[in-house]
Amino acid sequence: MNLKKLVAPGLAMLLLMSTVAFAGCAAEEPVTETPAETPAEEPAAELEGTIDVQGSDTMLNIGTAWSEAFMDENPMVEVSIQGGGSGTGIAALLNGTVDFAHSSRDIKDEEMADGESKGMNIVEHQVAIDGIAVIVNPANGVEDLTMDQLGQIYRGEITNWKDVGGVDKPIVLLSRDSSSGTYEFFKETVVGEDSEYAAAAKLLPSTQAIVDEVVANDAGIGYIGLGYLTDEVKVVAVDGVKASVPAAADGSYPISRYLYMYSDGEPAGVMAAYLDWILGAEGQQLVVDEGFVPLP
Amino acid sequence: MTTPPTHSGRRLGRTTTRRAAEAVVRAIIYLCGWMAIIILAAIAVFLMWNSFRAVNEAGLFTMLSGTAWYPTSSPGKFGMLPLIVGSLYVTGVALVVCVPVGVAAAVFISEFSGRLVKEVMKSIIEFMAAVPSVVYGLIGVAVLIPFVKDAFSLMSGMTAVTGGIVLGIMSIPTVISISEDALHAVPEELRQGSAALGNTRWQTTFKVTLPAASSGIFAAVMLGLGRAIGETMAVLMLTGNAAVMPASVFESVRTMTGTIAAEMGEVVQGGLHYSVLFAVGLVLFTITFGINLVADLVLERQRKRWRR
Repeated sequence: MNLKKLVAPGLAMLLLMSTVAFAGCAAEEPVTETPAETPAEEPAAELEGTIDVQGSDTMLNIGTAWSEAFMDENPMVEVSIQGGGSGTGIAALLNGTVDFAHSSRDIKDEEMADGESKGMNIVEHQVAIDGIAVIVNPANGVEDLTMDQLGQIYRGEITNWKDVGGVDKPIVLLSRDSSSGTYEFFKETVVGEDSEYAAAAKLLPSTQAIVDEVVANDAGIGYIGLGYLTDEVKVVAVDGVKASVPAAADGSYPISRYLYMYSDGEPAGVMAAYLDWILGAEGQQLVVDEGFVPLP
Repeated sequence: MTTPPTHSGRRLGRTTTRRAAEAVVRAIIYLCGWMAIIILAAIAVFLMWNSFRAVNEAGLFTMLSGTAWYPTSSPGKFGMLPLIVGSLYVTGVALVVCVPVGVAAAVFISEFSGRLVKEVMKSIIEFMAAVPSVVYGLIGVAVLIPFVKDAFSLMSGMTAVTGGIVLGIMSIPTVISISEDALHAVPEELRQGSAALGNTRWQTTFKVTLPAASSGIFAAVMLGLGRAIGETMAVLMLTGNAAVMPASVFESVRTMTGTIAAEMGEVVQGGLHYSVLFAVGLVLFTITFGINLVADLVLERQRKRWRR
């Protein structure tokens, strides 16, 4: 197989490097056993290895953009990105099947405890900021909702558009399903931590499904990540602020959040290089390109 | 039985090896035969084992009768009734779609079509069964959701009807092929006897052949039902998945299968929510097992009836 051909000389090189490293610092400190942990700032040593990342669907686009650009610069590195939801990614990290979990929400105490019971040390890294836009059909006349109104709508207390300044039409509530980090985040900030989404809210399996339904349904209301905004839908201002990258960056837009990557222990070697690159200028530029907000 | 008794000592060695080989093969075949039963039993045990925590902490009766499904709240609410009702609604619509079409198609193939048409149709139906459910789901999203919304002037096209229609179409191949088998199994003498009495082909079909095959057709319907209730991907894409007690089939429903598929990825392994999803799986397993059992018993009765 092709992979084998790649691995054999790579291993030889690593062996060589580790011997050099041994010779160099034998006098000072006990050296790390794994040669892959050669400091990333050494420009001569070409990075290689594989990184598996899984998690948030919101971060799927940005994650793919990061991985492709990073692999272009480091042809010996292979980064694979999978979606499935923040919970899925964290579960995979806890099961040891991936190196990084993409998550659009904080790790839960329960998940943290699960990691500790497995002897893991889960480390959180903020990598970008996301705003959640509230969208309606372009035919909908409603321009502005307060956080309070939005909460009432999603709790099922307001069920008709006429109560928020629209036409006399029942509101069709659209939400992501509960495996989505967006679902949790929207619940915490809008619906209320101790309240529930209205039972009538349709839980759709993807952000695209929400966009499709809002485009097709003039009574629909949904919420999606800023990165998914298209011209087919209309953004409703929340508390007078329209969701946008600058508004999320300066904190004036109320429904915004951090996006995270979680790892088991402080990342080392190729993983550290990847994370540093994401937090650096190039990675953060991609954040902007993908419609998210770079870290301040 | 087929091996002749050994006559001479010279052939003894060869026979012993042959016997040994035979024993090994027989053991393997036995094992394969039992495998299905072992796997089924293992699934049942696995489901029960994993749903133990849910039954213990959330309570079986509370889950089965509760109407609030908020699994990620703290504390989570695990009322399964909307899911069970949702599954039944979707399945009911599917039956309304697949039974008339399926049985009529089986009658045509078995009683009225020529040999060529029969062969062609049978292979097309087999192909229909091979189309992945996500493809049906995609077509449903693109075509059926807007259609249902306009046709019934609803607020949203994501309803039990939408999912049910697609499931019905997906179940049609099952209903056709098993009904066709049942009709085919009706002895030719019955048809000839009916014709001898002066009945036309239609009269023969409706008054003799169909009643004679009725239990087989019933079994076909039950198996189609089993297929519909267990289907996941298409309903997840089409029914809107609102966990509300539906007042009619024109409302959004959340099915048991869709719930497991949508939520399984996110749960903490071994947690309460994880266990509750296994409990949902157990309910689903019990329902489909019951349906298939009934269908099998009925089929067996039909077979016995025509054996003599």
